[in-house]
Amino acid sequence: MNTFLTILIGQILVNNYVMCQFFGICPFLGVSKKVDTAIGMGLAVTFVITLASFITWLVQYFLLVPLNLEYLQTIAFILVIAVLVQVVENALKKLSYSLYQALGVYLPLITTNCVVLAVAINNITDGYNLLESTFCGCCSALGFTLALVMLAGIRERMELSNMPKWMHGFPGALIMSGLMAVSFMGFGGLI
Amino acid sequence: MADSKKTFLGTFNNGMIVENPTFTLMLGMCPTLGVTTAAMNGISMGLATTFVLVCSNLFISLLRNIIPDKVRIPSYIIVIASFVTIIDLMMKAFLPDLRAVLGTYIQLIVVNCIIFARAESFAAKNPPMLSVADGLGMGLGFTCSITLLSCVRELFGSGSIFGLQMMPEGYQPMAIMNQVPGGFITLGLLMILVNFIKQRVAAKQALRKEGIA
Amino acid sequence: MQKNLIITTSPHLRDRATTASIMRDVCIALAPAGIAGIVFFGARAAVLIALSVITCVLAEFLYQKLTGQKVTVGDWSAVVTGLLLAYNMPTTVPWWMAVVGGVIAILLVKQLFGGIGSNFMNPALTARAVLFVSWGGVMGAYPITRFMEDTASGATPLALLAAKETVGDVQLWDLFIGNCAGVIGETCKAALLLGGIYLLVRKVIDWRIPCGMIGIVFICYLIYGGFNLALKEILSGALMLGAIFMATDYATSPQTNLGRIIMGVGCGLIVFVIRAFANYPEGTSFAILFMNVMTPLIDRYTVPKYFGEVKKNG
Repeated sequence: MNTFLTILIGQILVNNYVMCQFFGICPFLGVSKKVDTAIGMGLAVTFVITLASFITWLVQYFLLVPLNLEYLQTIAFILVIAVLVQVVENALKKLSYSLYQALGVYLPLITTNCVVLAVAINNITDGYNLLESTFCGCCSALGFTLALVMLAGIRERMELSNMPKWMHGFPGALIMSGLMAVSFMGFGGLI
Repeated sequence: MADSKKTFLGTFNNGMIVENPTFTLMLGMCPTLGVTTAAMNGISMGLATTFVLVCSNLFISLLRNIIPDKVRIPSYIIVIASFVTIIDLMMKAFLPDLRAVLGTYIQLIVVNCIIFARAESFAAKNPPMLSVADGLGMGLGFTCSITLLSCVRELFGSGSIFGLQMMPEGYQPMAIMNQVPGGFITLGLLMILVNFIKQRVAAKQALRKEGIA
Repeated sequence: MQKNLIITTSPHLRDRATTASIMRDVCIALAPAGIAGIVFFGARAAVLIALSVITCVLAEFLYQKLTGQKVTVGDWSAVVTGLLLAYNMPTTVPWWMAVVGGVIAILLVKQLFGGIGSNFMNPALTARAVLFVSWGGVMGAYPITRFMEDTASGATPLALLAAKETVGDVQLWDLFIGNCAGVIGETCKAALLLGGIYLLVRKVIDWRIPCGMIGIVFICYLIYGGFNLALKEILSGALMLGAIFMATDYATSPQTNLGRIIMGVGCGLIVFVIRAFANYPEGTSFAILFMNVMTPLIDRYTVPKYFGEVKKNG
């Protein structure tokens, strides 16, 4: 049980993929203009990462390791993720159209979200078992969502402030993220 | 301008300066921020990315009439992932120390959006030579920007550039520059500076044009 | 667009007309703690406070002059930032750190986002955190007061409280009066409480954030280690200073009553977690910064609905 608590706090606060490790910056900066879209993106990412962690673990230990093909990890994983995103998109379209409409636009973007691949690779590097990997994937994604929604909240508020013109857009978002990252540093060594 | 884009040099210049991937297109942010704590890491990461970018651009451009439109994304990914695996294995064999520092970021070149974006928006529509020029320009543009960023961070974070002591004796390194907040804030400030310079240059060019007219 | 408007009850704290008087009140409330700091830590405390305040005011003045804005140094807010920054430093830091901190606080955290009322994190605290992360060795080494015996070493009350054997070494009276190792402004709880009461009476701050924050830390430690420890914990470290003067900063704390309670409780919980389990002995500043970042979201979800308003997305 303790492992799971460690993973939960670790992935969301201490080693937050965006705020503490620099992964997934592109969607983090790109989809954080509005809180609503940020939540949508976060949900879609959470869904895909959890599934991807599960499947890539199976691929690693039931396909790559028995065949001695570990060096093909990158190719195998990215293919799994790309296919998975495609499958999820089609499945959502058929099964729940309303959910598809809510998340659909974000799905294609997830293939190139490096958090997905990074989580899959790190799960293997850290030697987690299947359950831990899946759980870790879910928590990492929640951490990503938290950071994304926080930044979106700040950016929405900044729309109303009299920020200088040259701070609008990416420079401002970057500096906001930097200051946010300062606030995450207090959790260092929590686990 | 439209004409110059079609030549080798023009394309190169476009990637290197006009549409600099870091400062203009805002692509490939993760390695840009993740590995730039020392100038050496920045330049190596940039060159590794350039290698993958040039090769994948060349191959995708060669295959552009064969790949069916429907499966183009998985196909691109396979091409890119192959080259990433090549450079990853080569670094593991010849530069193990550097590979250890850059870590997962090398594997993650595969999802670096610069490469994907160039494959999709340039290599898929242009002949091989031009695609190579684009890859080279974009790659070196990326290399220059992240080397610049890492020089600034190393200067304040460790008091040196490329490992050479730069700051006076009593300088106490500002550790935060080597950490996540330092990366974000430095890039943000550099971007403000670059935008400012660009505006200045644009204003000057506008003035000159008026003068000619 | 309607959704983006933050609708709040009075006082409308982003109102500029009253800024100067409010900030002057905060300065008055901060004075006792500063005097206590100078008494306990000597003249160097006064030098650092002056340096920090001057840097902040000058940075704000120069920036606004250079960018051609209206100079708003007269609203006292830069003075408050300078005071709070200095209060969060130990007297042993080199002088240039106060200058670097002041510049970061005013330029990077406040002015880049549009000046007073637009910053989303507390400037003084952010600057302090940046300094702390950068030069932890100097920023984290707390000197003892002039009235303590040298043998007592520089161990802060929090460090003593962290180990079971040394809890008894911490005297309640010393904590209350401020005769313990720490940063300039945090040690004298009596002076801080005095300032807090003044601000409450003048209705400058709302009771919900400080009470929520200190209360939760107390309750958590009551469960974790008993009454004695809980009482000592709330009187240690920067908790009082943070809860009264920094968590209540208008621009960076929620505007609704419910939001303020959430802010206070959130800060308190994080303080407890960091103090009890994390690397750093003290978590007040990081806790407040984290909740600052959450503030826009808290505001968003606690703004009261109009009577009869229909939720759009159900």
